[in-house]
Order: sequence, then structure tokens, then C-alpha cells
Amino acid sequence: MKHDKIERNVGILIILTMLAISAGGLVEIVPLFFIKETVEKVDGVRPYSPLELRGRDIYIREGCYLCHSQMIRPFRDEALRYGHYSLAAESKYDHPFQWGSKRTGPDLARVGGKYSNDWQTQHLTAPRSLVPQSIMPNYPWLSKTDLDYSDIQGRMKALRVTGVPYSTSKAEFDKNVKEFGEETAKNLHIPDAEKNLIAQAQAGNYDTNPDKLTEMDALVSYLQLLGTMVDFRKYDDDYFAKFR
Amino acid sequence: MSQDNKKVTVETTGHVWDDDLQELNNPLPRWWIWGFYITFGFALVYWLFYPAWPIGNTYTKGIPGLNNVTYVATKVDGTQETKTTHWNMRSKLMVEMNDLQAEQKPYVDKVASKSFEDVAKDPELMQFVNSAGKTLFATNCVPCHQAGGQGKVKFAPNLTDDYWQYGGTYENIQTTIVGGRHGVMPAFKTILNDAELTQVSNYVLSLSGEPHNADAAKLGDAIFHGDKAGCYACHGVDAKGNIAIGSANLTDKVWLWPDVLGAKTPEAKLNEVKTLIYGGMDKGVMPVWETRLKPEQIKLLTVYVHDSLGGGK
Repeated sequence: MKHDKIERNVGILIILTMLAISAGGLVEIVPLFFIKETVEKVDGVRPYSPLELRGRDIYIREGCYLCHSQMIRPFRDEALRYGHYSLAAESKYDHPFQWGSKRTGPDLARVGGKYSNDWQTQHLTAPRSLVPQSIMPNYPWLSKTDLDYSDIQGRMKALRVTGVPYSTSKAEFDKNVKEFGEETAKNLHIPDAEKNLIAQAQAGNYDTNPDKLTEMDALVSYLQLLGTMVDFRKYDDDYFAKFR
Repeated sequence: MSQDNKKVTVETTGHVWDDDLQELNNPLPRWWIWGFYITFGFALVYWLFYPAWPIGNTYTKGIPGLNNVTYVATKVDGTQETKTTHWNMRSKLMVEMNDLQAEQKPYVDKVASKSFEDVAKDPELMQFVNSAGKTLFATNCVPCHQAGGQGKVKFAPNLTDDYWQYGGTYENIQTTIVGGRHGVMPAFKTILNDAELTQVSNYVLSLSGEPHNADAAKLGDAIFHGDKAGCYACHGVDAKGNIAIGSANLTDKVWLWPDVLGAKTPEAKLNEVKTLIYGGMDKGVMPVWETRLKPEQIKLLTVYVHDSLGGGK
């Protein structure tokens, strides 16, 4: 095709430009869908429970990802500070993943269990009361705002479309029991979402206020889960190296 | 303009706009062209050394043996094995961690094999404990216990004083770090009425010489040691606490949950104690560390907290 023709036809120019600039992305990304070792084989990774899912949505709403990454890279300094490097498998049910690329605050990929619920609640409400040099904003409304979970089933259904195995039927539920165990499978059953959400919040008492179900409950339950699904003590310390 | 145009001798692309607007086709600088070709050569060499091309469900891993990584892996059962693999970041990390472990091994081994007391007596080893412990403490403990281990009222205990809620021996401290702690005091709002709460609060304040109403304290004494409230069951008949369950010693000047020392007036002090007894306390949670830290790191931290922070007893 003559240069002349392309330059004089905006439609062809747009299409050919798009093809040219997507080549790099296609060559780098598409093979990952076919390479067997991209997602590591590992036990323990499961989709979020209804409460944790609401927590993740609040994490996104408040823009936590703008300052916090969830991606520990395989470097010595990160291993010493944050723990085991992140696995692709650990975010296989995340849509969208929260890897992030900006670390104004510390990485949160393995923050789960590192602090008590009380610490998380206090720290989110007033970070400088616990970490004097912190520049994190205060989020005092989280523990004052009742959690709106009226649309939780819709949120789970939306993720189901992307391939997260939330169940709607008995057959799907049984399949989840086989894969994740009964306790987790119950939490993934969409028709019971509201009931499960309330039960988990009451049992966990994440915002240290048992009388109220707040957005803090949801967010802290999500934070306390981060990076805890895989028990790395069950694997040789180079087990995940073979996946690269 | 038209005069200038005629002077142009370089090749044009042949495009002409608005009668005389032409696009020149100057050759690129020679150094740039060569630089461009060199990147092609670089890529070819790179493919020989590093993982590069996807093929079906696998990928090229470079020429075998050309750029291998050799590291020592530790298996789940504790045995070690030397492995060699094609170049990749995760294996490179193994090498880096191997180097770090080799550097620290002489000290870590000594810390692991010696008793707590012998570690504390060894000045060279304590230098290692101090530097490694400082980093571990800063990364894991400071968010709650604060920068110097001074703690925070209503949150986390002071680690620099001689008072230990769960015991201050090496073994006590190690147990605390390994399994975490969860301090709970039940609420007495349904058990004691307001007058009784005031009386028992006065008694508690009297135990450490805080300002109190002596008459009320006398009545509080009976409630404290009575079976209706049963305070003595956890805090002890002598009110000196019990390190096995972490109940507070009420006879000393240390206050963690009610901020008695921070309260300015006797009324405020009374109110602090009364509020705590009324509502109880379910906040004294220290996380479990055995899942995050290695046993030798916990031992190191134990010695650091016991000896370097100055509170061990």
C-alpha cells in the first residue's frame, strides 16, 4: 500500500497504528496464557468471602492502591522486609489485581496477620497516633459508616462472569466443596452472601465494635487476609523458582 | 520562499501539499543507524543467555550451561540440596539469600545453639543481636510497641521497664512472640451496680497509692475478694496479677489500659478505672509471629527485648 494512501485515509491510519503499537503487548502478554508455569501450582488460594470482597471494594474506593502496592518482588531487601515474593497464583481471583506500581506507603501484599484488628482500626482512623512519622491520611469515616451490603450478590455475580468460582447452584457448590473445602465453599455461595457476610463480621469483630457492622469491618477483614492464603512453610524454599 | 525551495538538493518523499510544501527524505545519521543495528546484535546474544521466546506451552531458556544459576535449597524437612537451573530472578534471589545466610551463619548458629544467658554474656554475639535485633524490632514490633519499645497507653505495653504482664524471663518473652497474646477482661456492667463499681474502683486505686475515697475502698475490698465479682480469681488475692493469664498487677504504678497516670484529677482517675471495669477489655491482642519469623529470628528478638531494651527480669 502506498504511504500516500495511508496518510490520506484517517480510518486506515488508525487501524494500522493500533496494530503496530499492540504488537509489542501481544508478543509479551499472549504467550503467558499458554505457558504452563505462569500461574504456580499452590494450595490455599481461594476467592474472597462476601465481607472480604466488600473490603476489597472499599480498598479500591478509597484509592489505597495509589500509595500501596501489593507486589513483593524477588529481591533480597523486599524478602527481608515484607516476606516471600508474591505469586501470580495469589492474585488469580483478583479482578482487577491490586499489584500497583507506586509505593508511597509500604507494600501490603503480606500485611495480613501482622497487626491486630485493633491496630488496623486505630491506624486507619488516625495513623499518626501509632506511627508518628506517617503521612497517611486519616480515614475516620470507615468505623462510623454502616456497611452497605445490599448489592453484595450483584458484586459476586459480576466477578463470576470473569471466572471467579462463586456458586449459584447445588452442583457448583459441590464442586467448590471439592476444591476449597466445605467451610470456604459455603462462603462462595451467592444466595447466602448476606448471611455469610454478617456471620463473618460478628465472629471476627474486625472493627473492635461488636455492636455495629461498619465499612471498617469489611476493610480490616480484607487486610487481614492479604498474603496469608499460602502457607510457605509447606514448600521447599526454592519450590516456586521452578515456575520461572 | 520559492527561491529557497529551488536550492534544496536532497531527495524528497514526493509528497507535495499546498502546491510547494514538500517532505524531505534526509538519510538518518550514520551513528544512529549503526546503533540501531547493534541493538539487533545485542538481542541475538541476549537470547542465548536469558529466557526469551515463548514456544507453545514453554519457552527458550538460553543455551544450557551458558548462564546457569547454582544455589542451595532448603527443603521442608530441613535437608539441603544444591541445584542448578537456567537464569531466572527467583533463582537469583536464592543465591542472594544464600550469600546473606552464609554471612550471618557463624552468628546465627551460635545464637541458636547457646542458651539465652550465654548469648547475653557474649559481647561479640550481643553486637550481632543488637544490629540484627534492631532491624527486626523496627520492622515488626515498632508499629505497636513504638520506636524505643516504650509502648503506648491503651494499646501496647512498655518493653523497657521491669514490669511484665506475661512474665519477663527469656522463656516467657519467647512464648509471647511465638504464639502471640490475647488479653481479655470481662465487662462487669451486668454484675456490679454503679455504687459497687465506684467502690471497687476506689479499692483498685488505693492499691497503688493513687488518690481515693478510703471508705469506699474498704467496701470495694470486699467486692474485690467476694465471689459475686470475683476479681481475685484473675488478679490474685494479693492483687498482684498472674503472668500465666496476663492479668495485671494492680499494686504497682504501671497502668496500661486505664490511663490513670495521664488523668489529671482524682475524679478522672476514678473514671478511667471505672470505665474499664464497666465495659471490660478485649483489645490486648499481640499477633502470632511463628508464622512470619524463623525460630532463630524469634530467639534473637527475645534476647534483644530482654537485654537490649533493658527490661528483662
